[in-house]
Amino acid sequence: MAQENGLEFEKAIIELEKKIEELRSFTDDQSLNLEDEIKQLEERAEKLRDEVYTNLTPWQIVQISRHPQRPHTLDYIKGCFEDFIEMHGDRAFIDDRAMIGGVAWLEKKPVMVIGTQKGSDTKENLYYNFGLPLPEGYRKARRLMKFAEKFGMPIITLVDTAGAFPGLEGEERGVAEAIARNLSEMSTLRVPIVVVIIGEGGSGGALGIGVGDRVLMLNHAAYTVITPEGCAAILWKDRAQAPRASEILKLTAPDLKKMGIIDEIVPEPRGGSHRDPGAVIQSVKKHLVKELGRLTSANIDQLLEERYNKFRRIGFFVPADG
Amino acid sequence: MDWFKKPKYTTVRVSAKKKTDIPDNLVTRCPGCSEIVFNKEIEKALRTCPKCNHHFNIPARERIQLLADNGVLLEETTGRIKAANPLEFPDYTEKIEKGSKKTGLQDAIQAGICTIGGKRTALAVTDFDFMGGSMGSVIGEEIARLIERAIKERLPVVIVSASGGGARMQEGIVSLMQMAKTSAALARLAAAKLLYISVLTNPTGGGVTASFAMLGDIIMAEPNALIMFAGPRVIEQTIRQHLPKRFQRAEFLLEHGMLDMIVKRQELKHTIARLLPISCP
Repeated sequence: MAQENGLEFEKAIIELEKKIEELRSFTDDQSLNLEDEIKQLEERAEKLRDEVYTNLTPWQIVQISRHPQRPHTLDYIKGCFEDFIEMHGDRAFIDDRAMIGGVAWLEKKPVMVIGTQKGSDTKENLYYNFGLPLPEGYRKARRLMKFAEKFGMPIITLVDTAGAFPGLEGEERGVAEAIARNLSEMSTLRVPIVVVIIGEGGSGGALGIGVGDRVLMLNHAAYTVITPEGCAAILWKDRAQAPRASEILKLTAPDLKKMGIIDEIVPEPRGGSHRDPGAVIQSVKKHLVKELGRLTSANIDQLLEERYNKFRRIGFFVPADG
Repeated sequence: MDWFKKPKYTTVRVSAKKKTDIPDNLVTRCPGCSEIVFNKEIEKALRTCPKCNHHFNIPARERIQLLADNGVLLEETTGRIKAANPLEFPDYTEKIEKGSKKTGLQDAIQAGICTIGGKRTALAVTDFDFMGGSMGSVIGEEIARLIERAIKERLPVVIVSASGGGARMQEGIVSLMQMAKTSAALARLAAAKLLYISVLTNPTGGGVTASFAMLGDIIMAEPNALIMFAGPRVIEQTIRQHLPKRFQRAEFLLEHGMLDMIVKRQELKHTIARLLPISCP
């Protein structure tokens, strides 16, 4: 299937794919035989895809992780679970639409699903506030997590956000406190928690729903303490140096796995999830079923001890005199 | 998020301030009221302006002198580890050396066991002069160790934050994870029913605010301290919002319900000492 929104580095591929599709529809209409030509183009496209997609740079991965056609939280909710009942609001101020949550059924068992929601176009993005949660989003998430704990439901969080909404409202209403509270409480919730970084993992705003027993990450997602653009602006006073910054930040799934930040990488279709959303959603589902099967049969006290140690041991330092 | 653009902002401000703050002669022009004040008087007022109560930033050492009985830690727990450079981030090692030279510390934190008003307490202070007080692996580890020690010995914990830098960019995602680490340790402290007092001083930001700084049973701040998640410049640039006067200052946070109290430096020790006994003996 030809893509609508091609990224800069895959333009040549997408042009070829479009041409192939054109030729195909032309053959269908005119009952001409262009099979040879199509086959030739297919081969060229395949070679090009191999070249480009097997050696993606960190910056290209960042762009794929932000691709508007990438499946978002609601796509996963729809595709992974048999049923879903959405719950709204923080019971104090508003319902933050950037943070979705509710009870879903996975293999006939209820689970709590919580995730940040980005839109696929401008209209949707305005509705979901570009997936940038307000303090109330984190408080809603916390309320739903406590609900899950009360009824013994495992929690699944889907992370896809550039970060918490950076604005007056968030600061006024204590976004820092809301995130901090989640970090602290998620470390002690007496139900299993599985975190999946499905797209952008933007700093504290991502971590605010990102503490769990298992942290999975899609192969072309990016998880970072600061955007490459922000990092480049600080280092070289030039946001255009973002590609260089993304090399330094070690924000790709393989790098994070090496550093022990994430537990497992969920493979994506070549070129990114947007090229075959159905496949990646099924793959995430399979991982969730596997993880929950293991976690729900584990002893919760032991699980909590492991959850604590999982984050407790992250850190790189050396003896001061050494 | 982009709050890490913040340190640049504060660094510029504070260092610009410092030029006028600390000349090597007798007087200082107060950045609060622009009055010329004798350095001696500022020192006597615990580095605040005797005319307008402007609170000058103070390093961790001075903060400990101010809060701990006899001005000393009975046992210092920090200083035995220092930052590695897990990302091989450009200039990070040099920055650590520079911070070390400037503060005499291994990283942006000094901590240990002391008594405050006679009550044995675990005390940690972050230092803005060391890379903006930003939290990397060392701060995360030192704070987690201190809290675990406090749980073991049943001590209350006081953490004074001067961390405008938030989570330290130079350690990438590893810094972010220190937020989870310190917050999880504090959850255990809370479960042990031990008191945690968080003191926010100028400036405190980003990943530090969004972890241990905002998790106090009691949260107090010094007057006019800048306390934020995203820095004002980040907000102005990304959302193009006009920000009100006094935005993200301690008084603004108190008004919005984010702090228990604002305490002048002269009263800080006394206030903490009055509260500490409510923690389990």
